[in-house]
Amino acid sequence: MILTNIDSVPNMRIVEHYGLVSGSTVRAKHIGKDIMAGLKNIVGGELKGYTELLNEARRDATERMIAQARALGANAVINVRFATSAVAPGAAELYVYGTAVRVEAE
Amino acid sequence: MDMRLQLLVFLALLALGFFVGRWNEAKHYASIRERERLFAALPVIAADDWDKDRPVRDVWLETACVVISIDYFKRIALGLRNLFGGEVRSIEPLLDRARREALLRLKASATARGADLLTNLRLETSSIYGNKGSQQSIGSVELFAYATAIRYDGRTSATRPEAGIP
Repeated sequence: MILTNIDSVPNMRIVEHYGLVSGSTVRAKHIGKDIMAGLKNIVGGELKGYTELLNEARRDATERMIAQARALGANAVINVRFATSAVAPGAAELYVYGTAVRVEAE
Repeated sequence: MDMRLQLLVFLALLALGFFVGRWNEAKHYASIRERERLFAALPVIAADDWDKDRPVRDVWLETACVVISIDYFKRIALGLRNLFGGEVRSIEPLLDRARREALLRLKASATARGADLLTNLRLETSSIYGNKGSQQSIGSVELFAYATAIRYDGRTSATRPEAGIP
């Protein structure tokens, strides 16, 4: 599966459009990470636990989108966009969407 | 708790935030500058464009994120600034660091896969873990960067230093 955030795939021709595909996941942080983050909040710096959590969550959301695209018979998703929103204190939704297409080599 | 003890704890946290926070920031900036030199050869553009005359071997989506926490001193400074309004100088480096770090991680992972160009860069900022009004909230900012990586066919990329992320 080819993913791009531009409206085409370089060197490929779009032969069919399948419409919008998306994937989302809502994640909550866990207490252990929060305690570390609380300490980090005094001295500043990267919250590695949160970085990992978000990377993992985005990967999951992307996999769901890919599964949806594959089920439609697509071999690429173009114009991929990410959105993040805080749905509740301590939880965030990671949403990814794009257009499923079938591409062929030019 | 005794008032004086409370004041002492407050001042200790403030000093810890100020000194350790500043030291952390200086260290981070040194590392950012070093890696920016390392990855300077990989072009990143915010527009949807690439060299259309060259055959493309590989295309993929590259993503990177970083979450950076505010320190205690900055948080207090921000609280005071909230009384009068205006430019918050102490927070600006925080966002600058996060943004440059996210971009560097993007470049590092693209370089590791042999990219020649990162096109259509998008940067997203969110403060998803800071719930307003709560004393327990974690003041932090997330910077998420994504772009389409392109590897041209033909000669191998000249821009391939060892990808080093601390």
